[in-house]
Amino acid sequence: MANRCAVIGVGQTKYQTKRRDVSIAGLVREAALRALEDAELTFTDIDAIVIGKAPDLFEGVMMPEVYLADALGGAGKPVTRVHTAGSVGGSTALVGASLVQGGVHDRVLVVAFEKQSESNATWALSTHLPFTASLVVGAGGYFAPHIREYMRRSGAPGHIGTLVAVKDRLNALKNPYAHLRIPGIDRAMVESTPMLWEPIRYLETCPSSDGACAMVLAAEHKVTGTPAWIHGGAMRSEPIFRAGRDTVNPQGGKDCAADVYRQAGISDPRREIDVAEVYVPFSWYEPMWLENLGFAGEGEGWKLTEAGATALSGDIPWNASGGVLSSNPIGASGLIRFAEAALQVRGRAGEHQVEGARRALGHAYGGGAQFFAMWIVGSDRP
Amino acid sequence: MREVAVVAFAQTRHTGYDEGLTEPELISPILQEVRRATGLTRFGFTCSGSCDYLAGAPFSFVSALDAVGAWPPISESHVEMDAAWALYEAWVRLQHGDVDSALVYGYGKSSQGDLREIMTLQLDPYYLAPLGLDQVSYAALQASALGAPESELTGIVRRSRADGRANPYALDLPDPADEPAGQEHAVHPLRPIDVAPPTDGAAAIVLAAGDLARDLAERPAWITGIAHRAEPHYLGVRDLARSPSAAGAARAAGVGKGPVDIAELHAQFSHEEVILRQALGLSSGTVVNPSGGPLAANPVMATGLIRVGEAARRVMDGTARRAVAHATSGPCLQQNLVTVLEA
Repeated sequence: MANRCAVIGVGQTKYQTKRRDVSIAGLVREAALRALEDAELTFTDIDAIVIGKAPDLFEGVMMPEVYLADALGGAGKPVTRVHTAGSVGGSTALVGASLVQGGVHDRVLVVAFEKQSESNATWALSTHLPFTASLVVGAGGYFAPHIREYMRRSGAPGHIGTLVAVKDRLNALKNPYAHLRIPGIDRAMVESTPMLWEPIRYLETCPSSDGACAMVLAAEHKVTGTPAWIHGGAMRSEPIFRAGRDTVNPQGGKDCAADVYRQAGISDPRREIDVAEVYVPFSWYEPMWLENLGFAGEGEGWKLTEAGATALSGDIPWNASGGVLSSNPIGASGLIRFAEAALQVRGRAGEHQVEGARRALGHAYGGGAQFFAMWIVGSDRP
Repeated sequence: MREVAVVAFAQTRHTGYDEGLTEPELISPILQEVRRATGLTRFGFTCSGSCDYLAGAPFSFVSALDAVGAWPPISESHVEMDAAWALYEAWVRLQHGDVDSALVYGYGKSSQGDLREIMTLQLDPYYLAPLGLDQVSYAALQASALGAPESELTGIVRRSRADGRANPYALDLPDPADEPAGQEHAVHPLRPIDVAPPTDGAAAIVLAAGDLARDLAERPAWITGIAHRAEPHYLGVRDLARSPSAAGAARAAGVGKGPVDIAELHAQFSHEEVILRQALGLSSGTVVNPSGGPLAANPVMATGLIRVGEAARRVMDGTARRAVAHATSGPCLQQNLVTVLEA
């Protein structure tokens, strides 16, 4: 049986288009120091460091963990670098937690970041491996056909994506760290923005952000303050080119969710989970993931969105923080989901706190909707 | 800690040139080989190590999953580090107790670019990389700080290449005496022969816990210690003649608790072997790099994992009772991972 592990500190930077005032090292250190301050600890209290980020081409620094070791107090300690595509932030939390759960370390600092202003993400995503074809489409061009297929299968009306785009940006107005804080955001504003990749409009897509997020994870005997206990964690991967894999409702996502629900003893996620932070980089991924994660039956996800169930005032708020649609330092986005889930059950989410949240889901996905990382955190010791 | 052992190891016949294989084509045969060796088709956990900058494209690990045949979906993770760190992550995962087996693999095709220049991009992007300090140049700074006699370094190269020629998986490189062009300084005091050759290759290892390990292998190579440490990135704040992080990892892994029959060291430059021998406290009785080591084959991102595999192989075949494997990452041995394997 794995050892218990809890989040005892969370730190985030303000997410914005360009952080010209800090280096990459300065950015990750800012998040790390805030997490340590939250946990009332210093770097000397940390046993190991796990760093996560998406492709190194995003900043043009190869294996930046070796350069960042100094800024994160890594000298003399084990430093590990995780990279699992867009799910990497979630995987980083799980790899850090694994060190505690496996009984190897007592306190682990996990940090994920992206400083997208150093490069161009769509360019970095469009270059290809030797001997393989390039799609030259970036992430939006890749996922738009999957969304259209979802609309065809479910018969969802065309405005559902707009509702998510508005809802998440309204939530972002309550989150001081959020990148996109758009006063007066409404459906008309979203619908007036250009179509980028049918059916994804400009305001239905995530921004490019600079930012970092950090957490301090602790073994049971080192838990201090208000912890968020890990009730379950899992990763799943499936091959991108497997013929016949369902990219709209991927098996890997279903299996990963089933695994964390089993660990946490959850049979009805919509009722037993109080708040979810789910990786929704394009508005339509909310209804798609509502189904993939078992919050709604197949073809029914968009109805929950339309009914307002996922709004901050609904019965199952999704992305109370504003989500990936409001802040997207890619490599950190998954860790932010995991961290926001922890903040909710610690009662520390501020203005976007969901009243009485006791159990929360953190979710991340990546690659061609083929890498999944999830955890369930709770206010009660498991 | 839970008992975990290496029960299978496979590697490609490494080449000093591009064979025209994609990464999935490179790893597919060795994944089949470890599956055959263990009879396992599914693993409790899978972890790999690779580097996007070798291919010059993002997500080099994504297509590798096609070779793994990850269907139904698998519990899997990836480190953008040498695959020895993937092995460490898998070992930690096996400590949880709910899964008993793990597949670890790593691969790299350094033929696709100029490694010496690519490695510059690993340095601090503000203060070091713009200086254009390349891999051989910063290694030469370390070699200068150490000041080992040239004859000692030549001896290391001669022994490594001879062992490499006897190893069917390593490159066939001539004795230094037969390669006059290799003797002229590349960057003083390092000569081309002191530098690990560009290599394409891959490796895979299966880890198993407790009784499963005993079932799968006649003589499992038990991991009795494993630890890694980093030191500061800036070369100017380090004593480059020593490797305190390798020494710290060796202490934590318990290298000194018994005699070491063989040691496989991730020394990509001849002088690094001298530093690592001292850091790991190896005596003259320890046989170093019987496989030929990285100076005979250096498929970047798999080289460290191969050290674990080569050390484990000798424990599994009875050649060694206690072996040590070392892996490194970062400029001038910045990060070091040490594994102790016992019969």
